[in-house]
Formats: sequence, structure tokens, C-alpha cells
Amino acid sequence: MKAPPRSESERLAAAEQRSRRRAQVVAALSADVPAHALLWQPEDTIPYECDGLTAYRQQPLVVVLPETEAQVAAILRTCHRLEVPVVARGAGTGLSGGALPHEQGVTLSLAKFNRILDLDPFARTARVQCGVRNLAISEAAAPHRLYYAPDPSSQIACTIGGNVAENSGGVHCLKYGLTIHNVLKARGFTVEGEPVEFGSAALDSAGLDLLALIVGSEGMLAVITEVTVKLIPMPQLARCIMASFADIRHAGDAVANVIAAGIIPAGLEMMDKPMTAAVEAFVHAGYDLDAAAILLCESDGTPEEVEEEIGRMVDVLRASGAHGIQVSEDEPQRLKFWSGRKNAFPASGRISPDYMCMDSTIPRKRLADILIAIAQMETKYGLRCANVFHAGDGNLHPLILFDANDPDQLDRCERFGAEILEESVRLGGTVTGEHGVGVEKLSSMCVQFSPAELEQMRGLKRAFDAKELLNPGKVVPTLQRCAEYGKMHVRRGLLPFANLPRF
Amino acid sequence: MNAQEPALQRLIDHVRTAAHARAPLAIRGGGTKDFYGQAPLGEPLDMTPFAGIPSYEPTELVVTARAGTPLDELEAALAQKGQCLPFEPPHFGARTTVGGMVAAGLSGPARAAAGAVRDYVLGATLLDGRGEVLSFGGQVMKNVAGYDVSRLLAGSLGTLGVILEVSLKVLPVAPATATVRFAADAAGAIRMLNEWGARPLPIHASAWSGDTLTVRLSGARAAVEAAGVALGGEVVEPAAAASFWRALRDQSGGFFAEARDALASGAALWRVAVPSTTPPLALAGTSLVEWGGAQRWLVSRAPAQEVRGAAARAGGHATLFRAEDKSAGVFTPLAGPLERIHRQLKASFDPQGIFNPGRLYPGL
Repeated sequence: MKAPPRSESERLAAAEQRSRRRAQVVAALSADVPAHALLWQPEDTIPYECDGLTAYRQQPLVVVLPETEAQVAAILRTCHRLEVPVVARGAGTGLSGGALPHEQGVTLSLAKFNRILDLDPFARTARVQCGVRNLAISEAAAPHRLYYAPDPSSQIACTIGGNVAENSGGVHCLKYGLTIHNVLKARGFTVEGEPVEFGSAALDSAGLDLLALIVGSEGMLAVITEVTVKLIPMPQLARCIMASFADIRHAGDAVANVIAAGIIPAGLEMMDKPMTAAVEAFVHAGYDLDAAAILLCESDGTPEEVEEEIGRMVDVLRASGAHGIQVSEDEPQRLKFWSGRKNAFPASGRISPDYMCMDSTIPRKRLADILIAIAQMETKYGLRCANVFHAGDGNLHPLILFDANDPDQLDRCERFGAEILEESVRLGGTVTGEHGVGVEKLSSMCVQFSPAELEQMRGLKRAFDAKELLNPGKVVPTLQRCAEYGKMHVRRGLLPFANLPRF
Repeated sequence: MNAQEPALQRLIDHVRTAAHARAPLAIRGGGTKDFYGQAPLGEPLDMTPFAGIPSYEPTELVVTARAGTPLDELEAALAQKGQCLPFEPPHFGARTTVGGMVAAGLSGPARAAAGAVRDYVLGATLLDGRGEVLSFGGQVMKNVAGYDVSRLLAGSLGTLGVILEVSLKVLPVAPATATVRFAADAAGAIRMLNEWGARPLPIHASAWSGDTLTVRLSGARAAVEAAGVALGGEVVEPAAAASFWRALRDQSGGFFAEARDALASGAALWRVAVPSTTPPLALAGTSLVEWGGAQRWLVSRAPAQEVRGAAARAGGHATLFRAEDKSAGVFTPLAGPLERIHRQLKASFDPQGIFNPGRLYPGL
């Protein structure tokens, strides 16, 4: 981490230097965009000081809001010439600080790139600008009985550009895939401001699969301005089972048993008791408040197919120990079942001044282990934690409840979160399933990856961005940071190599 | 994976020695795809001893296999648990390996419906050009910790590193499947496939050639039965259907057998990837249309420039899949920033340029 200036005179000198730099950057960018597209007075840049991870804040040097691709190219050329960091930003709903501004950098807001350029129902594709909201794509496709499958819970606000940056998932991704599986092409600009296209309108493209790298790269490799996505036919029918379990282990086993029966549900989600209580108070969906865990299990397809699958799933859930089972009878009831799960985060916001949402993935079979470990950590750190779980794909979202006005609680919350991530890696999982590393999980990356692996990731970034100006300081921690963090990488199976240079 | 293990230690030593001498290595599994890409160059690095399935958890839908594992062996292990590799990888011979499958990145008839190899790669361990063992991704479905290097390896033709082990997502085999046939010309078949694609039908694979469109349905029993009724067509008897799709996947019969004969007399087999709605390409030769219209195989004597031009105008690209003369380049040449990024990526993984040099592109 950056050391704070030591004395008053040093602080003043740093502030003066920053102000001179700002004047220089504003003057240069004035040639690229109209005056109204440039924000640099502190009262104008304050709204950009954080994303969905509000615990980390930083005012950017300058905010620029281009309206055309030509302006994006010009801004990037200018920033590259002046060696100014560039942080691309969509709706700012990210949960890992991926769009946290850089103190000496330009925040490139792509909010004005909000047009659907082309929707081709015959080809089942949509070409949209990066600032188009996820849900807006499905709304535009709905008259053709088509939709865009990935549905992160923030889909009413989050943009497709941000989804590409994070490889966002959603509650249906076990069956329908993540962003990577539903995007054909991403068009944008290199750090030097050259136009570039990754992927193609066909199902693949020549050479290395760079699209696979761009998706999930958190704005570190290129600035994406336009995305071509696949649209898929809406299923004729969807129905949801809500099952209650008295024992969280039985709920975990039920998930494995459904999959062992050869069923891939359209959605498979779990909430623990504290989370169920929080969302029930918020949405009044009629959840079983006495259950240790609630499982939501969805089937979609033709009416015959859904009936067959719901029947099989109900049998498996009962045999696995579910004591209460309800099947949605119509669409309003199905949406009601889901309303609590989709509102888990705002509901947590109502029962606690602040919450920090973690995002690890574990092998499904370790669910009970991690939940028991988290319960012990609640005692250890003196904080409460509610859990939602994309049970189908092992992605766990513990929400640690705390009060950010109490510095000690923030500190305990951060250590609690880091311990959950480390435990997840130890159980064979990963520190982030869908929210990204951003700034939040930089230290945890030291636990999951060896120094040589982190060095390779840095080399990969430099292949796209030699001066490391795109979103610098995110995703890949420096080896020095890892040394300071003081925890060696613990990944199962692969022992640290004796012959590796150690920092 | 334990670095002290003799089979791995031999590979590491081999790579380090080659890197030191800047001597090219031709990474090789079963050698069934030697024909693909430019000719292998350098001393063979035999991956077949590095084989086995260290973990397979059917209820986690994940299998981890070493590069040298025969694909037949992996698929047999999955079949025992009623699961499969949904992208239907081709077997160009009995010795096809898991490492070769990922490195070539080729997917079979189900690709348009089920996804490609890269869509199922969850993690990989590789040996880089410095002889370091590096792991990326993992054994879980969702993972955005760091760059997705493991998916990048699919289709990299071994140019970035030696793939040691991969973790793949697997899925249950669908309970029901049926194959139906229709008489159609190319334009008609392409139109029908795209129209059907917008409806919630369990279409799993398609192939048009000559004057026949063959369609495979796959999914829940009720859905396959209902779709069969909705689509009509002539039902193909299951055993004949299975052998038809297998031959298509492995390029072992019909259109591809004739293509081999044409190759001997100077024609080329092109794989043209285009948007699925692209009308039949105005190129001389015979063709086979797969993937709902998105993959067009073409046996032709047309100059490479003409084939690549037609593909590019449609928004796609053309690969010289099989040919005696590959002087026109196998893959559509790259330009501008993409070319530069490829070179710099290669240098970051393989600074001495020892892995499969030139197999994908000259100088890479």
C-alpha cells in the first residue's frame, strides 16, 4: 500500500503536484472532448469516488464522459502520451472496487454508450454499446420471444460492459452459462487508442482466443465499447420448487443428489436461516423462517419437460430430507419465490448499517464445511454473517454485517472476509466466483496463486498494456504486497517449488 | 501435482534444456492432428507418458485429466457415470489425447448448441517456457480470480506452453435423442436452421450436404418427442444415426472421405466460420454446412485469397484445414493490434520461442 506523506509540507507538495498534473491532463483532454464531458472540480467528481464496494473511496484526477468512439480513441491516445492511468467505468455496481478511481488517473465513464445498435431476431444476436443495461437487452428482445441469458442480481442497473469485465453470472448460469458463454464479439480500443475486435460474429475467430481473456479481465487489457451477444429462445414455461431443510448438510446433499440424478436445473439457489429472515422481512414471500436452509430449484422448457423434471426433482429433494416443498403454480408465484433471493443484498442493507459481500466458489460438497467454519468466524470476529449460495455452481456469497462508522468493525470485517476466502481456497475453491478481484481481493490472490503465476499474469497484462496504464493496481498483486501480507499460497495439492525465487 | 514426480521432472528438464539451447520442441500427444496447422517443427516432446485421471467427481460435474490421457479413456470414464464432454470433440484416430483436444480447440457437431472446448475448460496446469509449472483457473464452475489463462490455451496449438493437466466441466448425457432428415438445398437448410433456432426446440446438431439436411434432437424425452412432431421430417433409425454423427465428428466418411480423394489431386479442405445466417458462399467446390449454418466445410480449388475474402465479407474467417500445400497460411492472417498482442503474449509465456514455433502463425 502507498505510504501517506509524512509531514504537512510533504502533503502540501503532493497536493500541489497533483493539481498541476490535473491542469495538464484537463488541458490536453479539452482538445479531445467538449467542455461538458470533462469533470474535475471535486464536487463534480465525488459521485465517482467509489463503485458498489463503498468501503474503498478515492477521488479521480479527472472524469471524462465521451459520447463517441472517436472521442474514446482520442482520450486513450492522450492518456497514453501523458502516461495517465485510465479506469473505465460502467454503472458502478461492481462489488470488488474494480472501478475504484486512481488518484493520478482519469475515470473513463462509458455511461453515454447506452444504445442498442442492432437486434437481429433471425441471427439471434444483439449488437449493443457497452453502457446498455443487462436487463434492457432482454427487454428489447422480448417481442421476439428471445432473451439474453446471464442475469446477475443487479441486472436492472449493471451494464453489459461491466458484465464483460467481470464475466458476470447470475442465478441461471449452471444451465445457460456465464457472460463468456453468451458473448460473440467485443469491440473496443487498445490502451494506445487503436480500434480492436476480439471474437467475431461467427462462433470463433482466427488465432488465440483473446475474447476468452478479455471477458473477466476487469478493464485491465482494453477498453470495450461495443458487445455482440447471443440471444436464446425463451423457454415456454418455468416453474420453481421451494424446499425447506432442517439441517444445512441435508440441503447440501440434496444439491449433489439432484445433479447425480442427471438433472441440470435452470436455477439452484440456497439461503441460510439468517438470510431467509432478512429477505422475508423485506419481500414477504412466505419463506419458511424455521428452516436451517431454503433451496430454490427451477426447471424450464416445454410444459411436458418441466412437469417431468419437477416430478423427478421433488422426489430427490424429499429423499434428501426436505420437510417442506412448494411448487410454483403460476408465474407470479414463481417470481415471488425468487424475489427474496434476488433482493438478498438490499434486504441485508436493511438489517445492518453496512455489509460486505464475499464471493468465493467452493466444490459443492464442501458447503457444510465452509458454513460451519463461517459460523465459528462469526464468534471469532464478533460479527454476524448471512449466506446466499449459487448452489448449482458452488458460488457462495456470505454477507458480513457491520458498521463502517466503527473503524474496529471495518477492520474485523475485512479480516473475517479474508479468512473466508482463504478457507475457500483451502477447500479447493477460488477467492472470487463472479465479482472480480478488483482492489478488494488483491491480498487473497497471494494465497491462491504462486509468485510465478502472478508474474505470468503481469506479463500477460503487459502484452496488452506495456506501460500498465489500464486500471493499474487491480487484479494482480505485486510480489511485495504478497510478502507484506505474509501468507504463502496454500493451494491444495501443488506444493510451492523449492527452486522458485522468493520475492 | 507434485514437481518431484519423475514423469513431470523429465518434462521440466526437457523444457529447460531446450530453452537454454533455444531449440524448438514439437509438443505431441497421439499425433492424430499432425496434419492440422503448419507442420510440426523441432524435437518431439512426447506427452503420452503423462497420463491419467487424478480426479473425477460426477456430482461436482468436474473431471481433471492429464494431457497424455487418451480421449477414449476419458470418455469411457465419464460414460460409466452417465456423463459426457458436451462439445463432442473429434477423434482423428484412437490415439487422440486430452492435451491435443484442448490445444487444437476443435469441437464437434454439438458445438452450436452445447458450446466449444474452451467453454468447458475450468482450469489448467502448464509448463511455461522457463520450465515453471503454473496453474490457472481451478475445479469450480465460476472463477474470475485473475486472467482466464486456462481458456486461452484451448486452440493455442501448444504455442504458449506445455499443457500438463486440465479440469473440464462435464454434463449428464441427455435422456433422449432422435435424428430426422429433410430434403433441402443449401439456402433452404440455412433458412430452416435459423428459423428453428429462434424457437425453444432441443436442436443439438445439424448437417447439410448434397440435398439433405440432417438434424439431431437431444434433451428430455418429452421435449425430443414434441420437437420431432413439430419438425416432421424422415426419422433416421438410431444405430444409423449414431454412426452418421460419429463419422461426421471424426471426419471419417461421406463428404470427408471424398474430400481426402480430392486433396490428393490438389484441392483443399477449408473450414469457414461465418455468422449462421450467411447465405451459401459463392465459391466453387462442394460444401457441408454444420453448426446451424455457422460452420461451412468446403472442398475447393479456389485460391486462398478468394475463400478468405468471402469469409471476411460475411464477418468470419477461413482455415486451410487439410491441404498438401499450405503456403497460403493455415489460419487467417492477423493484422494491427491483434498481431502485436499475439506476439507479445507468446513472448510472455515462451520467451525463447521454443514451443511449436510457426504451427499457428509464422514467427509465433
